Amino acid sequence: MLKLKSPHEIKELQLCLEASETTRPCISVCAGSGCKASGADNVIASLRKELEKRNLAGTIDLKSTGCHGFCEKGPVMIVWPEKVFYNGVSQSDAKDIVASVMNGHKPVEKLLYKDPNTGERILHEHEVPFYARQQRILFGNNGKLDPKDIRDYIKVGGYHALGRVLLDFTPEQVVESVKRSGLRGRGGAGFPTGVKWEALRKSTVHPRYIVCNADEGDPGAFMDRSLLEGNPHSVIEGIIIGGYALEAKEAYVYVRAEYPLAVEHLSVAIQQAEKAGLLGDNILGTKMSFRIHLVQGAGAFVCGEETALLASIEGKVGEPNPRPPYPVQKGLWGKPTVINNVKTWASVPVIINKGADWYASIGTEKSKGTMVFSLVGKINNTGLVEVPMGITLREMIYEIGGGIPKGKQLKAIQIGGPSGGCIPASMIDLPIDYEALTQAGSMMGSGGMVVMDEDTCMVDVARYFMEFLEEESCGKCFPCREGTQRLKDILNRISQGKGAEEDLELLDDAGWMIKETSLCGLGQTAPNPVLSTLRYFRDEYEAHIRDKKCPAKVCRELIVYEIDETICDGCHACVRVCSSDAILGEKDKVHEIESAKCIKCGACIEVCQPKAVLVH
Amino acid sequence: MPTLKINGIEVEVEKGMTVLEAARFLGIPIPTLCHEDALQPYGACRLCLVEVSNGRKTTLQASCCLPADDGLVVFTHSARVERARKLLLEMYVATCPSSKRIQDMASAMGLRECRYEAKHETCIQCGLCVRMCEQQMMAGAIGFSGRGVNRSVTRPFDMTSELCRQCGACLFICPVCESRCQGPQAESTLCNGCLNISTVCFQSYDNAMCFLEPCHACEIGGPFRADVGVKPRSKDLTHIVGK
Repeated sequence: MLKLKSPHEIKELQLCLEASETTRPCISVCAGSGCKASGADNVIASLRKELEKRNLAGTIDLKSTGCHGFCEKGPVMIVWPEKVFYNGVSQSDAKDIVASVMNGHKPVEKLLYKDPNTGERILHEHEVPFYARQQRILFGNNGKLDPKDIRDYIKVGGYHALGRVLLDFTPEQVVESVKRSGLRGRGGAGFPTGVKWEALRKSTVHPRYIVCNADEGDPGAFMDRSLLEGNPHSVIEGIIIGGYALEAKEAYVYVRAEYPLAVEHLSVAIQQAEKAGLLGDNILGTKMSFRIHLVQGAGAFVCGEETALLASIEGKVGEPNPRPPYPVQKGLWGKPTVINNVKTWASVPVIINKGADWYASIGTEKSKGTMVFSLVGKINNTGLVEVPMGITLREMIYEIGGGIPKGKQLKAIQIGGPSGGCIPASMIDLPIDYEALTQAGSMMGSGGMVVMDEDTCMVDVARYFMEFLEEESCGKCFPCREGTQRLKDILNRISQGKGAEEDLELLDDAGWMIKETSLCGLGQTAPNPVLSTLRYFRDEYEAHIRDKKCPAKVCRELIVYEIDETICDGCHACVRVCSSDAILGEKDKVHEIESAKCIKCGACIEVCQPKAVLVH
Repeated sequence: MPTLKINGIEVEVEKGMTVLEAARFLGIPIPTLCHEDALQPYGACRLCLVEVSNGRKTTLQASCCLPADDGLVVFTHSARVERARKLLLEMYVATCPSSKRIQDMASAMGLRECRYEAKHETCIQCGLCVRMCEQQMMAGAIGFSGRGVNRSVTRPFDMTSELCRQCGACLFICPVCESRCQGPQAESTLCNGCLNISTVCFQSYDNAMCFLEPCHACEIGGPFRADVGVKPRSKDLTHIVGK
């Protein structure tokens, strides 16, 4: 691609690319991590083979794009220009898909999405209930473009915002726009982005640095990953605009090494942007020079905390430092630094393009714009969801998420990563915004949303998260390092039936103390899983302690396996699978479980046809 | 010069001072375990927490790292601070009951019960030794390794470091490796703990000088004393001051 020499040339190039657009059909297959895991690479390979076999390589385009969001039904694809949406595609379907495109686009019926309620097949992506309620301003383009081709991004209007900013905006005006849009940090804490930028501009110190925090470490969260994999240029454009607004010359993207695809796409995108004259010296023929460096993190959860992240970029141990001084005062190498999350940076071009007022019109009074969640757990439609702020949990779970599988009851929703809190099913009409979630004892976090059904034990959930945090605490400050261990020990005791009544008060006290006294955000939110489950599910803790019973039948020390004599038909299936020889009885006679030997693995339950194995 | 308010007292301090320094300047004692005037603040022990208001919200912040900025409103011993400190100390005592410093602080703060299981760790990772070695002895022979539960103070690759001159500064500054005072034994009135570290306690010996502060834990029979059956001692200092 030729080097662009002025901001005007972006628009010209876009028009050029649009004009050269043919009416050629295009099959764009999701090659995000989710779909890759369900075999997207094989699907793409067999599609390519099929096209070559039929000599159609120049007639039908094949594109591998970033994540479309509907990971549950992967691999998914869209056939342009009809925008036919296929899900659950396998290698063997390649033939049918190519044939359908050649035969006047008669869709392949069996690959269309089937509405679970009506049983009807749905033709287009935007009509699928999972997508219908979403507002995809950050992820909308993922299905349209090849993340490794900058021209695709420019074709959908990419770098247009950068051109406008360089031509028509002063740096102050950019900051003012971001401030007016009401954009708040998407990394979790929700600090107003415009205010942060303004604070940096107050400093007279140069050089200044920009950092993009892509150290997404929450279990079950993959929003930032999908954005970097699917549309890296949108993040880069946001960072360059930030560079202009903050008069910085260098930016660092701190991305986890565990995201190889994101690292690859981002490196390619940076190289392409440099070649196109969008990065480097004299961007687009202006006086502005700007560079983006990629730094790979080694996977410490705590490095998502901004001061730890900065220490890690500097080559030090990734441990947080007390604030103040805040990074905008004294950040990377002691210089003023603005750190924002991937989604925050990607929101900036949208704000410039569509206007701050348009952005501010989405969402609630204090939380503007859209938020991306990774919807996982006991939910029918697992995937990435982008919704306007203020949407209720009910809409999220039942309309977008399609409800709970197997007709089970919703019990709780855990929002905000490992240190978020559990919100009970009774609060399902809670609107999703920063304040409402914090008030409910949870937090927005970076957008992980884990749905739990009636078979989940809340003590066990709290214990699991404390185990995670105990390992991921950096260990610098005492309350976080020691406190998470102590909380886990107490929870272990309770789930083994060795808990005492006083333990609940101790959990409350210790949780409060860790929250109040810890050095960084990790410790200050670490007790949330314990405190929120104590607040909403105290009866479950009491059942573990007083009755020595686990109501959800999860905690192994508190349950007993038994065979119902009246149901057992003596088929011997359970005896064969039992790894600990705990089941006695001859074939065609009633079996019996020897409790002392039983390890409660659940294998017998799975094989028992007449459902004679009971858990107490 | 920045002016701030500590416990209602307005105080003008030099630019660059921390809130901890400002409070000590006013004579307000704030307990610390990881702070030493000659070393850079670290902010890890969290005992020096104070309640700070910046007009919009109040938070607990470590005063050792907090710049004494203009207009700050600080409370060093509010109910919230006291509760947090006490709960924190309870955890410290359980983790490192052998530390005299921690025992003394716990007793002084009125902690009479410890609900956690005793762990008997030998290190609270306050980082004093690491900073001492690096910043005062200019050696940098020790440092932290590992993360979370596995974090510890160690030498590079766990081998004897060529940088270590065995000056003992790390031992000198450690707040926990000194033995807790064992209290007077039934058959004698001697305090074994002091003998262990080859200095003697002036409350037990007539003609010797102790380098340790009087032990709070012994005086009031602190939280871990019940098992030994130690009686509170009367503060009879007649052997020192004369009758």
